[in-house]
Amino acid sequence: MHPAYSVILFTTSSGAGYGLLFWLSLAHVIGAQPVAGWGFFAGLFIALGLITLGLLSSTFHLGRPERAWRALSQWRSSWLSREGVAALATYVPAGVLWLMSLLGIAGWLTLPLALLSAIGAVATVWCTGMIYASLRTIREWHMPQVPYVYLANAAASGALLLVLLHAFAGRDIRLVSLIALLALGLAGALKLIYWRRIDAEPGAYTADMALGLKGVKRQLEPPHSRPNYVMREMGYDVARRHAETLRRSVLLWGFLLPGLMLAFQALTGGLGPVLMPVAVTAAAAGLVTERWLFFAEATHLSTLYYGNQRA
Amino acid sequence: MTTLPEKTDKSLGLVIDLDICVGCHACVTSCKEWNTGGYSAPLTDQEPYGADPHGAFLNRVHSYEVDNDHWKGTVHFPRSCLHCETPDCVTVCPTGASYKREEDGIVLVNPDTCIGCKLCSWACPYGAREYDYDEGVMKKCTLCVDRIYNETIPEEDRVPACVKACPTGARAFGDLADPNSAVSQNVAARDGFNLLDEFGYKPVNKYLPPRKASDRTPQIAAEPQAETTGSALEKLFAWADRALSR
Repeated sequence: MHPAYSVILFTTSSGAGYGLLFWLSLAHVIGAQPVAGWGFFAGLFIALGLITLGLLSSTFHLGRPERAWRALSQWRSSWLSREGVAALATYVPAGVLWLMSLLGIAGWLTLPLALLSAIGAVATVWCTGMIYASLRTIREWHMPQVPYVYLANAAASGALLLVLLHAFAGRDIRLVSLIALLALGLAGALKLIYWRRIDAEPGAYTADMALGLKGVKRQLEPPHSRPNYVMREMGYDVARRHAETLRRSVLLWGFLLPGLMLAFQALTGGLGPVLMPVAVTAAAAGLVTERWLFFAEATHLSTLYYGNQRA
Repeated sequence: MTTLPEKTDKSLGLVIDLDICVGCHACVTSCKEWNTGGYSAPLTDQEPYGADPHGAFLNRVHSYEVDNDHWKGTVHFPRSCLHCETPDCVTVCPTGASYKREEDGIVLVNPDTCIGCKLCSWACPYGAREYDYDEGVMKKCTLCVDRIYNETIPEEDRVPACVKACPTGARAFGDLADPNSAVSQNVAARDGFNLLDEFGYKPVNKYLPPRKASDRTPQIAAEPQAETTGSALEKLFAWADRALSR
């Protein structure tokens, strides 16, 4: 599948935003982040900013961005529609919470608002994962792990941002570093399991099945002299060799490097303002590469008509 | 619109005979010609005279090398939307622009409400939907919905443009839900099949396989040899025959 940069930026940016929103809301619920605090206000601002940046970027993927509002209508059957509804619905409690933080209004209301924000964040990222997991035409996406990979990545990147905020606010970062480390470890483990599964599965469909004929040897002539939309969009292929190099860099930059820094901080609680910008930058590069690979490594059944023997 | 109709009154579709198709692409060009002025208008092309020409077509013809105990050789293979009974291309659509008609089972995209998210094309295993890069919306076979019910054209022309154009009669149009229709009868007689049947979208369009090639070489009797007597006259004629054929 063709890795569209708008979709990669959308899912990584809004994923991190929803992750941060989730952790901030939870922290507020347990009393660790008071509404009036500077950290809560700045955190919500960054979370909502990343979410908005992602959502705006996703509309660049559309052929008719001005009609994007129509996507809210078919939530009964479409995961993409559900994602849009969940994303907009999450703005309500998170936005009110941010306003209350801005104006310094404390009260019992912040508790349900924070809970709703956390639930909205999880629901939106779950819908994003399900858009891919529900597509039976792509075996690398139609897997039960996929929405959990999306959730774990969002939780890990959000937690990294939370540690960054804590570090700059001069707060104790040992506990948040440990939480971020656990989230990052879970995300990395899930990704390794995912890669092992897609490598072990050769694909259930063949060119013979696609044509309904036995003994399809090769495509003698394609229907067109230059690639059409189907080949450009669905036929994108990354060389095995490159994919393995990229997988290694995802593990190094996205998980190992920030993981080591988090572990150091969880133990010592020091050097936060120095290490965290590096950790966040490395993780961002790693997670964008991870998302790029998620598309580039996905094989679509329609390639069976264009010379692919198995998908 | 978001969900599929439980049942359609008819299942209009195509039956494509792989035994007859000669791969001439007449169906492709006539489809493009009709549909660039019809329901899906315009079907745009990008760089049509440049180095990388491509564009939205609703029908494509591949040619494959096939080798089995039934058929050995080239198979020309037209591919377009199969107007499936239970396709995800309709249900994944976030706007309801992609829908299946209850009255005849035709799967259409409303070009006025499509946002061009391309998700429906991802959900189609047949690669039947093509995005129109200029228009920003998805295009697909309409089964010439603007021909088959069109009372302003002669009745014999009220079939999809591809069917009308096929010079060998490899394409037939009809109601595949009606077991007595000509297309259904032909599918039953010729062991018509579904593409990717295992996938489960229940395509309406059917394909007819190449007929089994004959496995007997024709027996041609050897020409009988003339009796020879060895006479002088015969030798003279034999000599004259050799001399004259030199």
